[in-house]
Amino acid sequence: MILANSLYLNFAIPVIGACLIALLHQRRRTVELVFIGTAAVLLWNTLHLFDLGEAAYFINVSPFSLIDSIPLAFHLEPLGLLFSAIASSLFLVTTLYAIGYMNANNEKHLARFYFCFCIAIFAVMGIAFAANLLTLFIFYEILSFSTYPLVTHKGNEAARNGGRVYLGLLLSTSIGFFLIAILWVWSSTGELDFVRNGFLQEQMPKEALIILYTLFAFGVGKAGLMPFHRWLPSAMVAPTPVSALLHAVAVVKAGVFCVLKITVYVFGLDLLSEGSASNLIIWVATATMLLASLVALSQDNLKARLAYSTVSQLSYIVVGAALATASSVAGASMHMATHAVGKITLFFCAGAIYTAAKKTKVSELDGLAKVMPITFIAYTVAALSIIGLPPMAGSWSKWFLLDGALQAEYFWVAIAFIISTLLNMAYLLPVVARGFFAPAKDNLSGIQEAPWMCLLPLSITAISCFVLFFLLQELHHFLQPLFS
Amino acid sequence: MTNHLAILQVVLPLIAAPLCSLINQAKACWLFATTISWLVFAISLSLFIEVQTGGSIRYEIGGWQPPWGIEYHIDALAAFVLLLVSAMAAITLSAFQRRITIEIPKHKQGLFYTAFLLCLTGLLGIVATGDAFNIFVFLEISSLSAYALIALGEDRRALTASFEYLIMGTIGATFILIGIGLLYMQTGTLNIVDLQTRIPAISHLHSVHAAFAFFTIGIFLKLALFPLHHWLPGAYAYAPSAVSTFLAATATKVALYLLYRVFYTIFGSEFSFEVLQLHYILMPLSILAIVISSLNAIFQQDVRKMLAYSSLGQIGYMTLGIALFSDAGLVASILHLFNHAFIKGALFMTLACFLFRTPSLRLDDLNGAGRAMPWVGFAFVVGGLGLIGVPLTSGFISKWLLVSAVIEQGHWWLVAIIVFSSLLALIYVWRVVEHLFFREASAALVANKQPIGALLPFTWVVLLSTLYFGINSDFPVQAAKAAAKALQ
Repeated sequence: MILANSLYLNFAIPVIGACLIALLHQRRRTVELVFIGTAAVLLWNTLHLFDLGEAAYFINVSPFSLIDSIPLAFHLEPLGLLFSAIASSLFLVTTLYAIGYMNANNEKHLARFYFCFCIAIFAVMGIAFAANLLTLFIFYEILSFSTYPLVTHKGNEAARNGGRVYLGLLLSTSIGFFLIAILWVWSSTGELDFVRNGFLQEQMPKEALIILYTLFAFGVGKAGLMPFHRWLPSAMVAPTPVSALLHAVAVVKAGVFCVLKITVYVFGLDLLSEGSASNLIIWVATATMLLASLVALSQDNLKARLAYSTVSQLSYIVVGAALATASSVAGASMHMATHAVGKITLFFCAGAIYTAAKKTKVSELDGLAKVMPITFIAYTVAALSIIGLPPMAGSWSKWFLLDGALQAEYFWVAIAFIISTLLNMAYLLPVVARGFFAPAKDNLSGIQEAPWMCLLPLSITAISCFVLFFLLQELHHFLQPLFS
Repeated sequence: MTNHLAILQVVLPLIAAPLCSLINQAKACWLFATTISWLVFAISLSLFIEVQTGGSIRYEIGGWQPPWGIEYHIDALAAFVLLLVSAMAAITLSAFQRRITIEIPKHKQGLFYTAFLLCLTGLLGIVATGDAFNIFVFLEISSLSAYALIALGEDRRALTASFEYLIMGTIGATFILIGIGLLYMQTGTLNIVDLQTRIPAISHLHSVHAAFAFFTIGIFLKLALFPLHHWLPGAYAYAPSAVSTFLAATATKVALYLLYRVFYTIFGSEFSFEVLQLHYILMPLSILAIVISSLNAIFQQDVRKMLAYSSLGQIGYMTLGIALFSDAGLVASILHLFNHAFIKGALFMTLACFLFRTPSLRLDDLNGAGRAMPWVGFAFVVGGLGLIGVPLTSGFISKWLLVSAVIEQGHWWLVAIIVFSSLLALIYVWRVVEHLFFREASAALVANKQPIGALLPFTWVVLLSTLYFGINSDFPVQAAKAAAKALQ
């Protein structure tokens, strides 16, 4: 009962928040308070779920059945808890940032914006706790639709076109591949529930497994595998808080989370590491990792560069999942957390630079660190974490991923990780170099740091990049039940 | 009293129709017709419950025993379709009063309600009766009144649309009549249950095969199955908005009911599918309907025409379920009949809401209408999602069942086609959504504050019901399963 109530509460909180926002949309201050309050209560409740401990794992809670005998069902397990914790804690930080950013840039239709934000978080909770594939799919689609108004928030031509690519790609991959894969699993095994070590063993022929895994990996378009990655750069027309939370944390992490969850609980690590079902995806993801990094190098727009960097980093996680060793999956799960914290900081910084100096291009940033030191220091810390240098959190997840690749004897993947790390430096550090060391080209007087509502969140997340480094032991321990 | 419900269902609107033309006073007629339609709905609801609990109902008219007397036979399928038709009639009449006042000249309104009630009578009669000739009679009642209703449209093209429908509909009805005649000639009976028992013995006869062919073409015409669909888009697009809502939700669905009844009950599925292999025609036609109509819908400038073409594609899904010739396929088909009726009904209702403030339903006239009328615009989005088959809408449930049925038979290429057409649906729906929300509204539209009245809440009631059935699908799925079982 406690389990069910706490779980349902995690769904109720964002929905209640959204309803309050819709009701009170006339009063701006109140709406902002409700928005922050929702995030805070949600985080509090999510952390409480951890207290239930291992005994509560894999117990299905179902409000009603959807089709025939397939229920809408939720459960707790380490991956989902981790994902929900990442999403809800960064959500709280982002609410502060969003309010600061939206007010400083005079954006309109704020109530609608916050409303959709809450619904998106609701969908994320559904994804995190889904106990079967159909439930997962349903919330996956809610997430696509609820973020569409956020992406197209500006309502102009560019927003419309961006939104078209965004929704078009996410929906066509999910209906065309993801749903079909689910139906295939359903019709050939009669099961959709996530279980420890998967349920596909000895259920399907080997060739079918290859196709099935490929369908899943491409079908989860939110994981951004090439050639279905274009939606992510397109989504950058959105206001920066959206890019920050949704396209560095919630949406993209929902994608890789789905891949991880399907890998671990549908296929099972043993099945994948013994067979070659995931070989093709290892190739594709490795290629995406390198190609996206190369594209990122060529982008002058800071947000676009970060977007391609995200595409590349997501593929780390997909590779980690597809390698299917204990280390690589642990590394992939940790990378969800460390990359989320790092990338959200980078996006916060990009937004702060835009708010304070109205600059969007890397080439315009010369000397800006002198007037915006906090922002640039935060950027540097986060960039180092994403590159994977100690003592930043990102170093651990890369370490485990590398270890996993070597254990699975995929040496070329390990080499690709190293090359990609070099590329990371090449596209992330120029911002630091220009900001701190290049002489300012134009007059920077009058530019100062962004409002504190923007600065505080990015400082918090930057510090987290550092703090997480020391907590990774606990995280690794927490993820152990995945492999037993 | 309660044991006469089966006949009251049909007789009530039949008697009410001439009374309506005698009253001939717009407001009073509306009140009268609406009351009748809710009564009819209540009757069909109690019939539905009775069938679900106590099995199918057989009612002998005038106490004459079948097969000599006429019999009304309401099984699980009939009860399900009756419920659908009467619900849509009641909702349409209640919701559209203001639109009818605007669109139809005052002196014709009394006659409008008369024709509407007659059309309802016909549709209910086709479903309720257990007599083959009765089917034809009610088919003509519903068709003739439908021609008249369509011709009442404001647009002058309504006249040609109605005329085209009249020609095609008459041919269809005549074909069905010839089919009935041939069967009567061979068996000497018109009672459906009696026909069912007699046909196997004579199924080798050419005249029975000919009857089958006449039925097939006649029903395909009424069903607007590709390539016999040409009458439908015009009829939906130019009819008064109340009429297009009602017909879009019910007329083709009743024709589909006729298809089940004739091929499963009268001829028997073994004869229809194993001997004459109907699915070899039905399958390609369904696929063509799905793909070509969806493509057509993408290029329409008038949103009502777009929805009409989309309907043709959706009919393709329903016949595809039949063409799979499996239990799962039949259930999916019946379920989609039910779900799609409400989704399409709700979408036509949203369009009618727009008509209060926009000059027409051409895409360019709808620019920014979603921003100016957010509740209506959002309603269109929700309905559109149902059409695409997005999870949590009832459209998803029927598509899930359909695709499962297809996979069960191992037709992977068909899965690809269904997915492809869903994406086409996404395109044609989103095209409208972009016009509604991303274009600047004209000054006239922004300034226009004409109230929409009861239509909007009713639209949302229907939409919420489709969402409810998308989340908790027990009721329609169980009903569809019972209906499919009744057919076998």
